[in-house]
Amino acid sequence: MTTAERETETTEVDPTRRVTLKINGKAYKQDVEPRKLLAYAIRDTGLKGTHVGCDSSACGCCVVVLDGDTPVKSCTMFAVQAEGREITTVEGLGQTGALHPLQQAFWDQHGLQCGYCTPGMLMTSYAMLQHHSDPTDQEVREFLGGNLCRCTGYNNIVKAVQQAAQVLRDDKVNQLANAATGGNA
Amino acid sequence: MAGFCPGERRTVFPAAFDYARMHSAEEAISALAQHGGDARILAGGQSLIPAMRYRLARPAVLLDIGGLNDLKYLREEGGFLRIGAMTADMTLERDKNVRSRYSLLTATSDVVADPVVRCVGTVVGSLCHNDPSGDWGAASLAARAVMVVRGEGGERLIPIDEWLVDSFQTALREGEMAVEVRFPVPEPRTEGAYQKIERKVGDYATAAAAVQLTVDDSGRVTRAGVALTAAGPRPVRVEAAERILVGQLLSENLILAASDEARAISEPFADNRGGVDYKKDMARVLVARGLRQTAQRLNITLGASA
Repeated sequence: MTTAERETETTEVDPTRRVTLKINGKAYKQDVEPRKLLAYAIRDTGLKGTHVGCDSSACGCCVVVLDGDTPVKSCTMFAVQAEGREITTVEGLGQTGALHPLQQAFWDQHGLQCGYCTPGMLMTSYAMLQHHSDPTDQEVREFLGGNLCRCTGYNNIVKAVQQAAQVLRDDKVNQLANAATGGNA
Repeated sequence: MAGFCPGERRTVFPAAFDYARMHSAEEAISALAQHGGDARILAGGQSLIPAMRYRLARPAVLLDIGGLNDLKYLREEGGFLRIGAMTADMTLERDKNVRSRYSLLTATSDVVADPVVRCVGTVVGSLCHNDPSGDWGAASLAARAVMVVRGEGGERLIPIDEWLVDSFQTALREGEMAVEVRFPVPEPRTEGAYQKIERKVGDYATAAAAVQLTVDDSGRVTRAGVALTAAGPRPVRVEAAERILVGQLLSENLILAASDEARAISEPFADNRGGVDYKKDMARVLVARGLRQTAQRLNITLGASA
């Protein structure tokens, strides 16, 4: 199909509507066509951490987390569907100087090479750890099965997720201990 | 979608459509009646949205049932495991009861697409899409599932064999929506397996087979379900294999005879996943593997002949 054909066949309807996307706790208003994919709507807010890799639902680079624990390929969801959902992108995990344990672990274990797939890897791992705080190597590999790394940096990615899981478990234990002693431990 | 090849024409965005968020199943049904064949239900969207992006589907209106939490359920009732239209594959995968008692469903949900897709994609949506390469078709045939659809005239129950009409076609009538799929609660001594070959994680099956057997105290097969994925224009039940198995004691010879029927009935398409002969032979191999795995799960030691 030529570009001209593509343009003519998509000018039938223009039901642009205003959506409010709640991303990392902040509301973003945007005028979108219903066919606008969430990945593009997120990137149009200026948050460029969500990467579009394959644009065909295959690679997982664009994974964001909905409502705190559900990973979704944001290239396979329309922005209008996400209205009212809590969206967490990689920018919502941590910041420079205050990295999330997953980000720190990817740094420590060199869980990235070119880094293009990293936001999706982080968000999928984040969602997995909400449901499974102590995954085995095999379970990490299986859950990340839909996230492709063209540099094939998988081994270090698995190590990084394991490290982060351990840190998060230790944090939880410490928090519980602090709560039990009134924070005076 | 089955059969996507590099070099096929691709567009990133779907053709324009109108979108409406549904607040109840009743609202969706009356909207379907209003729009006729122009509207499609949007559930998990993990098949429909890619199809729309490839312009293989061009609905004029999408009716989004994603917010219908009353269609998110998984419960045993009246002899069936009832799965609501908005219940994601991952819900089955994480359910302890399903994992411990429904070995065929567990084996299937573990290999549908990839985990991120399974967190959003739904069992009912997959059965509505009826891609002959989708995994739930064969699993539902082998387990004798029943679809529940609702229209303005009320509900209809449709056996899965009648539901899966042809490639991407179901017995759904205009103005109806699928609200549930029901899998019979397994009788004692029922086990199953889903065997799949894929090129990479999350791919459609090159070939796959679903098996479910019930045996009596002596190990004789009382019920058999055998079905194939990606072996024809729709998911295929291998009735000849089921007839061979029922009434017999499981043995290696019986498995070979039953799996030969899978090769005989298989009518796969040649594509970049493999040629026709290879896929037909894989149908045979996967049915045999599925039957052996099922026997193992039933604690049956296979002799050459019974």
